[in-house]
Amino acid sequence: MEKYVPNIFFALILIAGIGYFVMNVRKLIRNIKLGKDIDRTDRKPERWKNMAKIALGQYKMVRRPVSGILHIVVYVGFILINIEMLEIVIDGLFGTHRVFQPILGDTIYGFLIGNFEVLAALVFVAVIIFWLRRNIQRVKRFWSKEMTSWPKNDGNIILYFEMVLMSLFLIMNATDVNFQEAGAGNVVSQFIAPWFSSFSHEELHTIEKTAWWLHIVGILIFLNYLYYSKHLHILLAFPNTFFAKLDPKGQLDNLEAVTNEVKMMMDPDADPYAMPEEGAEDEVPAKFGASDVTDLNWVQLMNAYTCTECGRCTSSCPANLTGKELSPRKIMMDTRDRLEEVGKNIDANGGEFKDDGKQLLNDYISPEELWACTSCNACVQECPIGIDPLSIIMEMRRYLVMEESAAPQELNMMMTNIENNGAPWQYSQMDRLNWKDE
Amino acid sequence: MNVSTMADMMAQGKQPEVLFWVGAAGSYDDRAKKITKAFVKILDMAGVDFAVLGTEESSTGDAAKRAGNEFLFQMQAMTNIEVLNAYEVKTIVTCDPHSFNTIKNEYPGLGGKYKVYHHTQYISKLIQDGRLSIDDTNLKGKRVTYHDPCYLGRANDVYETPRQLINRLGVKMTEMKRNKSTALCCGAGGAQMFKEPEKGDMDINVLRTEDALETNPQIIATGCPYCNTMMTDGVKFKLKEDQVVVKDIAELIAEANNL
Repeated sequence: MEKYVPNIFFALILIAGIGYFVMNVRKLIRNIKLGKDIDRTDRKPERWKNMAKIALGQYKMVRRPVSGILHIVVYVGFILINIEMLEIVIDGLFGTHRVFQPILGDTIYGFLIGNFEVLAALVFVAVIIFWLRRNIQRVKRFWSKEMTSWPKNDGNIILYFEMVLMSLFLIMNATDVNFQEAGAGNVVSQFIAPWFSSFSHEELHTIEKTAWWLHIVGILIFLNYLYYSKHLHILLAFPNTFFAKLDPKGQLDNLEAVTNEVKMMMDPDADPYAMPEEGAEDEVPAKFGASDVTDLNWVQLMNAYTCTECGRCTSSCPANLTGKELSPRKIMMDTRDRLEEVGKNIDANGGEFKDDGKQLLNDYISPEELWACTSCNACVQECPIGIDPLSIIMEMRRYLVMEESAAPQELNMMMTNIENNGAPWQYSQMDRLNWKDE
Repeated sequence: MNVSTMADMMAQGKQPEVLFWVGAAGSYDDRAKKITKAFVKILDMAGVDFAVLGTEESSTGDAAKRAGNEFLFQMQAMTNIEVLNAYEVKTIVTCDPHSFNTIKNEYPGLGGKYKVYHHTQYISKLIQDGRLSIDDTNLKGKRVTYHDPCYLGRANDVYETPRQLINRLGVKMTEMKRNKSTALCCGAGGAQMFKEPEKGDMDINVLRTEDALETNPQIIATGCPYCNTMMTDGVKFKLKEDQVVVKDIAELIAEANNL
């Protein structure tokens, strides 16, 4: 019986690790579904293509070549090395050791592990460079106002995790005496093995086992860390690019509730005193635009969870570049943080949201930030995984103007002019063609 | 200038091949009116049978929409669509990328479906159809840089057409460091044109003008009346108005062709 203790222990931590993760993923999905409905299931071939190109193919990452190429190294490494997880799980559950080695034979197995080792080493180097860029070179976009406390630590913790996991993987191989003696696949670890040459076989075995356990436990911790971290993008980038907007970037949606009202107003046959038909649904929404996360649509909320805070948006935002308060990254981070707050509120109140006197507008995002936007779409263009901060800004402006009449005074004048004389300036519509005779 | 309105045309029982949507800036702003006139001269030279709405044209509602006033936008849009549809307009050309974007992308959902061209696209089509040619001697060798209007570039992926026209002028074109999809906004979009900027270190148009001046141009070309205003102000702010002019591509073509 005692001999099965490690297997049982392994099964338990595996179940706990995956179970807790699944619980959080369900919470994540519930929170995203707090958003309003929007149909993004049309034009499926284009959507699959975008996902393949942007998420799987990383094609927008290389718009910034240095970080882009380093990212591809880490990304490819992450995906391929995870194939090895299959063997680790089987070994753990059944007490085998390198179960695929005899099945695949030294050539194929060695080829696979050899590639994993090279990738692990490359990932390790890339992650070190990432850390240097963040902390020594201090690339500007990692040091903006919103990148203090947790967001700053989060970025570094992820890098430490990856450094440790890659090291453990290589140490585990380097101290595996049989694996080293077989000489197939120890492409990198053969150079690490000599560091351990003073240890006895017994000790090496202990080190190998320890590294093996730390590696799998580390992976499970990292998996569960995702939900609390910007690192969620490794999963959400895929649905996020699939459901991203396909229309031209300049095209804003036309609010349907407004269309119905305007049509009524313009219809000469409409009876202004008409009562709504019996049983007719009230189509006018409770609110125009968005003042809180639940006024946004679910794609916008998924955008917020997907954001990995790289700051490419903010570093190309004309308002931010000229010292204004607006940062598209902060818009996404605020949306996510408020959504998390709403989610926790729901958890604490038995599945029902209890008014906490807060909202996304003012408590997180100020009107000053919103009014600084030029709607130039640079943030949307730069996002490597299809996030649309502009749509949130516009939705919140709609709330400010249509619900609160809280536009800056000059914009109110501009709108009054459009209403009165069909131009943003105070010129008579009758003078519109004067230019031809001037 | 001889410009027919749709009402004139209709009275004569005629349908022009294209409607020229002049836009508010092109109608009222003194600087933008020059762009309007330059484009009319080009249309005349190519023998294009066009008309304008004149006093029946009203704001597209773009600025209102981007300021958050969806009601006002849709009121404007539906009023304009009623007029356009009543005249059975099929094709529209405009010198304003904001009108271009709104009519092309946002009017169809409200019942206004037209073939919409930015004037650079329309001029390019006239050249392709053999109706217009550009004299490449008058501006030969001038140092030009091109500023991408956001609502033409990123918003609608029109990057190459304006550049092809500039290259036909025989000028020496130099790109700014931020160009095409990475171009910096002039600072006017999203209704910023009509308000003071928020507090910051500098104005966006100044930063963008610095981008342009780095290429040591004689001419900053663009394709938007609002960009034109912002860049002109930027050049003045940088005290370079004696050395650098901001011109619309239509003006450059009119100049090249001695119109």
